[in-house]
Amino acid sequence: MGNSTVQKRSKFSKLIQSVELRRAIMSIFVFLVVWQFGALIDDWTGYDMLGIGLVPPPVDVLITWADVVPNLGYWQSWVASFQRVLAGFLVAMIVGIPFGLMLAVNKYFRGIFFPPFEILRPIPPLAWVPASLIFWPTNEMSIAFVTFLGAFFTIVINVLGGARAIDVRYLRAAQSMGASQWHLFYRIILPGTLPSIFTGAAVGMGITWEVVLAAEMISGGGTQGGGGLGFFIWSSYMGGSLEHIVVGMISIGIAGYLCSSSIRKLGIFFMPWRRLF
Amino acid sequence: MLTNRNSIARAASAGGATKANKAASTPATGSTIELTNVSKAYGEEWLSDQILDNLSLSITPGEMTVIVGPSGCGKSTLVNLLAGFEEPDSGKITIDGEEITGPGKDRMVVFQETALIPWQTTFENVVFGPKLRGDMKTADLEKEAKKLLVKVGLGEFMSKFPLQLSGGMQRRAELARALINEPKVMIMDEPFRGLDAMSRSLMQEFFLQLFEENRRTNVFVTSEIDEAIFLADNLIVLTNKPTKVEKIIDIKLPRPRNYSMLTSAEAFEYKRETMAILHEEAMKSFANTSKGVA
Repeated sequence: MGNSTVQKRSKFSKLIQSVELRRAIMSIFVFLVVWQFGALIDDWTGYDMLGIGLVPPPVDVLITWADVVPNLGYWQSWVASFQRVLAGFLVAMIVGIPFGLMLAVNKYFRGIFFPPFEILRPIPPLAWVPASLIFWPTNEMSIAFVTFLGAFFTIVINVLGGARAIDVRYLRAAQSMGASQWHLFYRIILPGTLPSIFTGAAVGMGITWEVVLAAEMISGGGTQGGGGLGFFIWSSYMGGSLEHIVVGMISIGIAGYLCSSSIRKLGIFFMPWRRLF
Repeated sequence: MLTNRNSIARAASAGGATKANKAASTPATGSTIELTNVSKAYGEEWLSDQILDNLSLSITPGEMTVIVGPSGCGKSTLVNLLAGFEEPDSGKITIDGEEITGPGKDRMVVFQETALIPWQTTFENVVFGPKLRGDMKTADLEKEAKKLLVKVGLGEFMSKFPLQLSGGMQRRAELARALINEPKVMIMDEPFRGLDAMSRSLMQEFFLQLFEENRRTNVFVTSEIDEAIFLADNLIVLTNKPTKVEKIIDIKLPRPRNYSMLTSAEAFEYKRETMAILHEEAMKSFANTSKGVA
């Protein structure tokens, strides 16, 4: 009996999932249809539809994409952009999380490092591009540095805010029960900050993609195939191929989606108390 | 006037000893807490808010001491001082003659709303204290924790997270988490606030049953008069800032208690007495604040 209810439940949840999946596919399909008609309206009537009149229709984009996909260069662009994003993002996490936690728990550390941090933070990552192109020996290093900055400030601010917002009663309860400073940090502050760490990571990841793309466009990407998706779009623009530009844009959309959904998955894995009900 | 109240407090504590003898079948356990001339203010000196001013009182061993007072009268400050989360500016707080210098497992606090740690399951919350102190073997600890959780009716909910429990369950889990540390004194800071009326009265009865079983020294802070009278051996009525002991009422309702006793003439008399004081105090602070606004 118990077994059958379990089975029923899992079938039921599958059904829900598939309804959601169908809904998602449907909405993308409707979007594509609207796009297709919007893009073709000027062929039929001679008038551009505002906004999408000049955009190539999705069918043309798909044909171009199918053309591009077998090219090694296209995949090298993916790999190059991904590498930059991940490198900058991971370094930002590794440096930013302990830095944010230190700011939160130690008032001397906060007193010394918070003011310069707050002065540097409002500078947009892209404003660092010229300076880092000059100061770092290679293009690759300057892109990595700017990418790092994009995620770093967001992560630190989130970690700091999250750690300082932990309910004092948890700390007091733990202290009453004999928790040492290390216990307080490891059992209360760290897990209590996790939600903010993941929020910071999700936002930081978005900024990282923005920054990488822009940095790739500005720096010209450099070597053959190592230009990344940003340079892919830029060179398509220089070459005047609208279809290729759109292919590059959609590729970035997919790449960003892959990144943010894996952060969500990790968040669910690390914070079981948040996936309730 | 102040000395007068001190002597009332002492008299009450002396009276407590005889009462403990009355309950001969369950000998009094637990500890005495003494507050001597305790003062506490918040804020900078030029803008300080004197919460406690030379407050003295004693908490009788093995009894349920309930503290009621108008809201904002310093009850939570008192809890923080007893628990050792904060230090008095002057005066002394002792437990069994030893001065309180910080939080400790001899004084467990059950907080307003709930302070169960959200990222630990109910079971992990309960074993949290003994586990990090390492003062129990894992197997013994797990057995003890399960026993306690079954006792508070959460045997089936051990692997749930606090947010998956109802309000009443959360309070019971918190009681289990405090009790496993075998504190000398339980400090309850409006623990049943935020519960609906039904679960509140059920929790009160359950809590009384726990208390009457082993008569641990209890300090129970509340702003509900019915709750106070239902639970208390000693009812300490506080006045507004700076907090002073206005009156100590000896609640002589028989134990074990049940909810119907609240409708007795005796209980009504206690209620009338308490309400009269609190109403006057509330009016005073109401008048003060409205003057402040104007």
